[in-house]
Amino acid sequence: MSSPSSSSSRQATRIPGPVETSIQQKIIEAFEPVLLRVYNDSSKHAHHAAMRASGGGNGETHFAIHLVSPTFKGKTSIARHRMVNALLKDEFDNHGLHALSLRLKTPEEWEKEGGGEMR
Amino acid sequence: MSFARAGLRTLRSLPPSQVYRSSVLIHQRRLISDEARKLIDNAVQSNPLVVFMKGTPEAPQCGFSRAVCQILDVQGVPREKIVSYNCLEDQELRSAIKEYSEWPTIPQVYVKGEFVGGCDIVLSMHQSGELENLLIKEGLAPPLPEEEPAPKA
Repeated sequence: MSSPSSSSSRQATRIPGPVETSIQQKIIEAFEPVLLRVYNDSSKHAHHAAMRASGGGNGETHFAIHLVSPTFKGKTSIARHRMVNALLKDEFDNHGLHALSLRLKTPEEWEKEGGGEMR
Repeated sequence: MSFARAGLRTLRSLPPSQVYRSSVLIHQRRLISDEARKLIDNAVQSNPLVVFMKGTPEAPQCGFSRAVCQILDVQGVPREKIVSYNCLEDQELRSAIKEYSEWPTIPQVYVKGEFVGGCDIVLSMHQSGELENLLIKEGLAPPLPEEEPAPKA
């Protein structure tokens, strides 16, 4: 029988890279999140044409972010995406960030969906 | 020189959120040529559905681009109604389109000249039914045959 904590203990020992760390910090400061999960999906995309062209990327190119924050209240999904994209402009322009998959909810919306996590 | 100082003064007098936007706009004017902007304007305004993507709908080169094409396919949008641009074949377009929409990623979907969103937004609009409504309204997808015709308001 496999240990139920195997995946979380693996996460705890994983050291986030500099881009992931700055994504975390900036979002915490700007959005005061109720929930924040940052998933580094870069390894799933390292073989893509664009990544191959840049030498496989730096291992911090593709992220998925699940963010629940009251800041999103009354904002369209485009506006929410723009807020996060703008916050991470430096990562996009200067630190190799290439793709973000965003799930951006207000606490009320998140509760209505059952309060789960992206994965 | 005085122009730069005036610009700096303006930036200082603005709230931080505005400063960011102003600096983006200044930056943008410098990077995207009028010619590139005109070409994109023309492309999105003269075609009802435009997808800027990596690869082609037949052979997408990125999972996000593939997802957008699959969603349009599921929605019943005929292939001939999708005008797609392969950003991997045109480096200038690849950077210009990001400046044009102030959106840092590809794919980007435009309907009737309006930027709709990238993969996440198109997917969530697909799930909520919003995308179907938009595509039917703009005549890009046929209404579902088994559905009751919408009552005329």
